[in-house]
Amino acid sequence: MQALYAQLLVGLINGSFYALLSLGLAVIFGMLNIINFAHGALYMMGAFCAYFLLNIAGIGYWPALIIAPIVVGIFGMILERTMLQWLSGLDHLYGLLLTFGIALIVQGVFQNYFGSSGLPYAIPDELKGGMNLGFMFLPIYRGWVVVFSLVVCIATWYLIEKTRLGANLRAATENPTLVRAFGINVPRMITLTYGLGVGLAALAGVLSAPINQVRPLMGADLIIVVFAVVVIGGMGSIMGSIITGFALGVIEGLTKYFYPEASNTVVFVLMVLVLLVKPTGLTGRAA
Amino acid sequence: MKHRISALFLGTALALAAGGGVMAQDKTVKIGVLTDNSGLYSDLGGAGSTLAAQMAVEDSGLAAKGWKIDIVSADHQNKPDIGTTIARQWIDVEKVDIFVDVLNSGVALAVNNLVKEKNSVMINTGAATSDLTNAQCSPNTIHWVYDTYMLANSTGQALVKAGGDTWYFLTADYAFGHALERDTAAVVVKSGGKVIGTVRHPLNSSDFSSFLLQAQASKAKIIGMANAGGDTTNTIKQAAEFGIVSGGQKLAGLLLFINDVHSLGLKVAQGLNFTETFYWDLNDGTRAFSKRFSERMKNKAMPSMVQAGVYSGLIHYFKTIDAMGGNPHDGVKVVAKMKEAPTDDPLFGKGTIRADGRKLHPAYLFEVKKPAESKGPWDYYKLVGTTPADQAFRPLSESACPLVKK
Repeated sequence: MQALYAQLLVGLINGSFYALLSLGLAVIFGMLNIINFAHGALYMMGAFCAYFLLNIAGIGYWPALIIAPIVVGIFGMILERTMLQWLSGLDHLYGLLLTFGIALIVQGVFQNYFGSSGLPYAIPDELKGGMNLGFMFLPIYRGWVVVFSLVVCIATWYLIEKTRLGANLRAATENPTLVRAFGINVPRMITLTYGLGVGLAALAGVLSAPINQVRPLMGADLIIVVFAVVVIGGMGSIMGSIITGFALGVIEGLTKYFYPEASNTVVFVLMVLVLLVKPTGLTGRAA
Repeated sequence: MKHRISALFLGTALALAAGGGVMAQDKTVKIGVLTDNSGLYSDLGGAGSTLAAQMAVEDSGLAAKGWKIDIVSADHQNKPDIGTTIARQWIDVEKVDIFVDVLNSGVALAVNNLVKEKNSVMINTGAATSDLTNAQCSPNTIHWVYDTYMLANSTGQALVKAGGDTWYFLTADYAFGHALERDTAAVVVKSGGKVIGTVRHPLNSSDFSSFLLQAQASKAKIIGMANAGGDTTNTIKQAAEFGIVSGGQKLAGLLLFINDVHSLGLKVAQGLNFTETFYWDLNDGTRAFSKRFSERMKNKAMPSMVQAGVYSGLIHYFKTIDAMGGNPHDGVKVVAKMKEAPTDDPLFGKGTIRADGRKLHPAYLFEVKKPAESKGPWDYYKLVGTTPADQAFRPLSESACPLVKK
């Protein structure tokens, strides 16, 4: 029974990453209608950014949590301005192919210079060590990841669903021409939204740097699972992807305990089941 | 009409002449470096293996003797089906004579069958499974650098002797992990230890915390990591986080490469024990080669034992075909000749190749240095023990290989 609690908690930790990443994807898809396959590569860039900040500029983990998402977010906005914006109004497939291509190029470039085994990034001193919870030894850093990503997820949800800015944004996706008539700069807002989604991916990258090796392929390994999370949660639904992210982390954790061999397939089996019963995903609206 | 007939005659004559010339002394060789160029093992083999092959060609001096040697390289993506498709095309269309590297045991076993069927040659320097020279042995294959039996024998025995008599395995769920777990478990039991559990994780997992918690709960003294590459480095890093080593359990890296240690950093990796058959800082020969190698690598990496094996294996191959006076394009014949002659190169020293295709050389038990002991980048290992060549690998008396006459 104790082991079970431990697995639940570990699942929640992995779920935090799924939630943060799928949240960014959901924001981008919900607001821009782009299926952002470059998300994994941008997540990886976030981790590398933290690594560079530490090893070249001597800037530690805490500033990196803010700087890396901004730097990678700006990179994302440049992508949006120079390439993605031309695809608005076209079939989803074009955006998917473009972002997938970008992901391959970015990963290829990083792999060319840094190899595949990855680079070390230490846990910040303040978060080293762990606590004995009785049923398991919880590394403090992992606890921090869960709390921090929950806060970020809820803040993002609040920003989009409950503030005036979010309302404008949602209106702009619904009917851009009308929103423009009110004097709101829609293209700029869309660029900023893409930047926000990308920033979330980079933030997840910084969070994961001390846990996983900083590797060029760290995002490629994760992105497929995250897409499954988004599909299960309902494409474009913010709350849906947050909840599904955490839930799937837990389910995967339990699978690792009861039948480890299936742990990298269980998410997809669930996806198939959900799609069979409810094709729009758990919280998605009918198209 | 007359014109066409004369053209036909001329064509036939030319073809015969050319064919005759080739029969007499064909001095062309095509080397295929089949490896992981983009995935989790690409630092162990990958571009470095191709570079090692190039250096072997340059150092062999065969070009000056009129040989024409080409190298092709491809990425098998760690998938046996892709590996065999490439291998088949290389043999049938590109006329590749010899396969080197071929890391990943799953791919290696599949290509092993094909190479035998097509009478080609494989010098396997990358795969770990000891089946390549046991039940699956082939007259066309030489297993050069290391295997699961040797790793288990050296690391496993040393750890049990040091008091680690209860084991829990964390195993990569494919041919390699299974073989390494099986061979190590056998050594542990034989040396008086006990295996109390095992958990199998999918290849290329990024999170090991669930598996590590299970290993922690087992209270085994040793957690044997029967995985490799990125899987191992992530396991080690996350084990430190969960306080496994500080809680009194010991991690055993059953297969670690210098690139893994480099990627982990000495702070995390210090104190780990594991076995390799090559280290750049062993002697003057290895140092000289490694310096040249590292200067030509994009990230200035030192060679892994897989890459060193590509060089060493090809040097012996070149010596053999040069002594034969030409390339017979007959795998069985070449490999038989290679087994007859003793091997000698600056990287692995003097050695021999056994009837089952096993290349013999000493195995070194290393310990990773503490950060304070290291004098600079890539200065990572302390040599703590050496198993002589004749004891390092599976004895022929235990072999299930049909090529071994008993």
